[in-house]
Amino acid sequence: MEVTDAVFNEILDKVLFREKQVSTLLNLFNKRKACSCASIFIYGHTATGKNYLLETIFEKLQLPNIFVNCVECFNGRLMFEDILNSVLKLQQNGEKDAEFIRCDNMNDFIKIMKKLLTVENFGDETLFITIDKCERLREMELNLLPAFSRLNELTGCNICVLFISDIVFEKFRQGTGVREPFQVTFPDYSRKELLEIMCLDAPEEHPAEFYDGYCQLLLSVFYNVCRDLRELRHLAQLNFPKYCEPITTGEADYANVKKLWRNIEPYLKKAMSTVFLHEVSSSQWEQMQEGTHGIKGLSSYSTVELPFYSKYLLIAAYLASHNPAKTDRQFFCKTTAKKMTKRAKVAAKTGAKTSSQLKGPHMFVLDRLMAIFYSIVDEKVPASAVILSQLSSLVTLRFLSQVSANDQLDSPKYKCLVSLELIKAIARQLEFDLGQYLYDFINQ
Amino acid sequence: MAKDLKSIEEIHDTIKRRVFADDMVPHLIGLDNQIKELQELVLKCSDYGESNSALLVGPRGNGKSTAVSYVLKTLQEKRKLENLLQVKLNGLVQTDDKLALKEITCQLQLENSVGDKIFGSFAENLIFLLEALRTGNKDCRPILFILDEFDLFIFHKNQTLLYNLFDISQSAQNPVLVIGLTCRLDIVEHLEKRVKSRFSHRQIHFFNDFVFGDYIDIFRSIVAVPPKFSNKTTARIWNKNVEALCEDSNFRDILYENYCYNKSIRGLHALMTMPVSLLSRNYPFLVTGDFAEAKNDLIIDHKSVVLHGLSVLELCLLIAMKYLVETFDDGAFNFQMVFNEYQKFVRTRGHSLQSFDKTVVLKAFEHLLALELVKSVDGVAANTPKEYRPLSLLVEPYQITDVVRSYPECPTELTQWATSAVR
Repeated sequence: MEVTDAVFNEILDKVLFREKQVSTLLNLFNKRKACSCASIFIYGHTATGKNYLLETIFEKLQLPNIFVNCVECFNGRLMFEDILNSVLKLQQNGEKDAEFIRCDNMNDFIKIMKKLLTVENFGDETLFITIDKCERLREMELNLLPAFSRLNELTGCNICVLFISDIVFEKFRQGTGVREPFQVTFPDYSRKELLEIMCLDAPEEHPAEFYDGYCQLLLSVFYNVCRDLRELRHLAQLNFPKYCEPITTGEADYANVKKLWRNIEPYLKKAMSTVFLHEVSSSQWEQMQEGTHGIKGLSSYSTVELPFYSKYLLIAAYLASHNPAKTDRQFFCKTTAKKMTKRAKVAAKTGAKTSSQLKGPHMFVLDRLMAIFYSIVDEKVPASAVILSQLSSLVTLRFLSQVSANDQLDSPKYKCLVSLELIKAIARQLEFDLGQYLYDFINQ
Repeated sequence: MAKDLKSIEEIHDTIKRRVFADDMVPHLIGLDNQIKELQELVLKCSDYGESNSALLVGPRGNGKSTAVSYVLKTLQEKRKLENLLQVKLNGLVQTDDKLALKEITCQLQLENSVGDKIFGSFAENLIFLLEALRTGNKDCRPILFILDEFDLFIFHKNQTLLYNLFDISQSAQNPVLVIGLTCRLDIVEHLEKRVKSRFSHRQIHFFNDFVFGDYIDIFRSIVAVPPKFSNKTTARIWNKNVEALCEDSNFRDILYENYCYNKSIRGLHALMTMPVSLLSRNYPFLVTGDFAEAKNDLIIDHKSVVLHGLSVLELCLLIAMKYLVETFDDGAFNFQMVFNEYQKFVRTRGHSLQSFDKTVVLKAFEHLLALELVKSVDGVAANTPKEYRPLSLLVEPYQITDVVRSYPECPTELTQWATSAVR
């Protein structure tokens, strides 16, 4: 099919605000028999219509095309087999189930590809291979990206490879370089464009302006944080029933914008900290809107039940990680009763200039942890294997992490991975005064 | 008239093939010496059975493969290469010696191969191949090995393939000519000692040592119609149009800019991609305006396109990072510090900006990580909490300020924060 203005307009009707990209790609795809660009690199943010546009074009023009996703095909072999078998399927138009082609290296891939494409019924049409999420190609075999970007040269067939990615091509260059593909940019949608696209899925039972106004309200809350069209649409669909509520109950009519806004605003604000972060699932959010209470988000389950000594061990680890070692005498020596000598004070000041709340936890040796542990536990604790095994189970629970090598039995080093909130909660359970022991809070 | 349209489409097709599929141009400009040297090598091998080895070295897109295929094609047309066997290998495709060996057996159509299948293990194959080559003498058919992406062959285990190929070329066995194509200048340093001593150290350089005048000639040679074109009138009109284009001073400026930016012929092809693909029945000639547009698209800063699509919150974080990098000498920072800076800004200056929770900010931050605008520095990532991993900023500070200036509806406080740099 020749690319005429009618087809062009038809595509534009389906894909909004992408005139430049559509015309560029259509020009590059060219006529069927003529050869096309070796490789095209398409990039842009998520949900800017990269895949959708390509799909529409391929469907409209009925071009032979293959789609592979690098997330599914995570190594060379899967990728080769996926591509080859799709070519086979294209050729036979799904008439009979063909034999599965096996291929595990580039050499065989090129050979089989050549053989498949030189069959008569395929002719000299350009075959389009779309590789989605192609940033993953970099983590696979090193030769994949350079080889795919010059596939038409290696096979001698008429192939055009399309790479789709979120990140810029600069990050793909490695080694002695690759054959540079032609780049097509998909810029972000502006606020107006987002609004227009979102209004496309307006429900029929309400007037169009009503949904338009709703989307504007939604954007005013979320636009500063999120420009992902897919997420915005999801949020719009979730919160719409709540927005309509005053109308169905008869409290307000379509003209009463102020009332509608006052009704929905708190819900949208709440949605920001719950649905937007995927803390509660969308079905849970719907239940919450209907008024069922008692649903807690994922992050509210942060309190944990630990054995008594494990709690103290965790607190000791937190203190060891966040207090400089030089201040241990000030906090934990019982004889000096929290009085430091002048020298110790100066040393402590110079030792810890930047707050550990900013710099993150430091590592500490096991001996220091045990010393602090014995000093904060009031009762007499026998040094048993149980304590040490609790320590190692804290490591497996990812409350602590072992920094030194695993086989080092002599004075292993640890780091505390727990947040301040959790430690505060645990300290509250034990009625332990954490603030008194934390260097950051004393020296402020 | 219909005939004209048909022939003009024919012209378009040839040019498209030249730009997109690297079809041969009738006369290669600026590669005369290299081609002569190469031609001599090939002729000596095919006529006298002299074994030799050579490396073609030069940056990407400078016509190494083109020169080789040009030489082979012209000699073949003169029927001088009938007895020469050709084996083409590519470092990207034959990723280890086993595959390379199979490919050689296959391309030489030796007895242990039937169709595409090759029998025997690696060792058997190697012995068989060497035996076949060793029993030959000067009168046997010479073999031409072309190793594309030669630099990848040096990473093969023990460089077995290279050693054997060079060894055969040094001793009185079957005549072979080994031609390696690479873009690494230091390639000889990476050969093992025993391999290096067997290599003839003949290098042919492809360094684009032409001036701007030649560059225009190259452009002309790509778009001009061959003299023996069927429809003479159309060809004349087309060539006249090309001449007019080459004389146009605006067009020369565009070409000169591209020449300064990327001298290789692949770079010229990149510039021509869009204008050439626009050619059609209704749009028959190349126009300066298209080249101007193509040039603008080529020199676009892709990172600022990505930055432009960020949300205000993400931009805030980037500005906070820029502030941290510029303020502290060591430049090390983590999410917690960025968040602190962000909070300070929102509390004191950014009145019109909403203050967001840490979790929301963290989500924005992870988006930046996914876009690779920020990167975790080293291997400590696994045993440090997410907020405290040391980071490095992969965007230049000036790019951030530029984007803030061109950002639609950017809050004024944000612009001030971004542009008021600490000196």
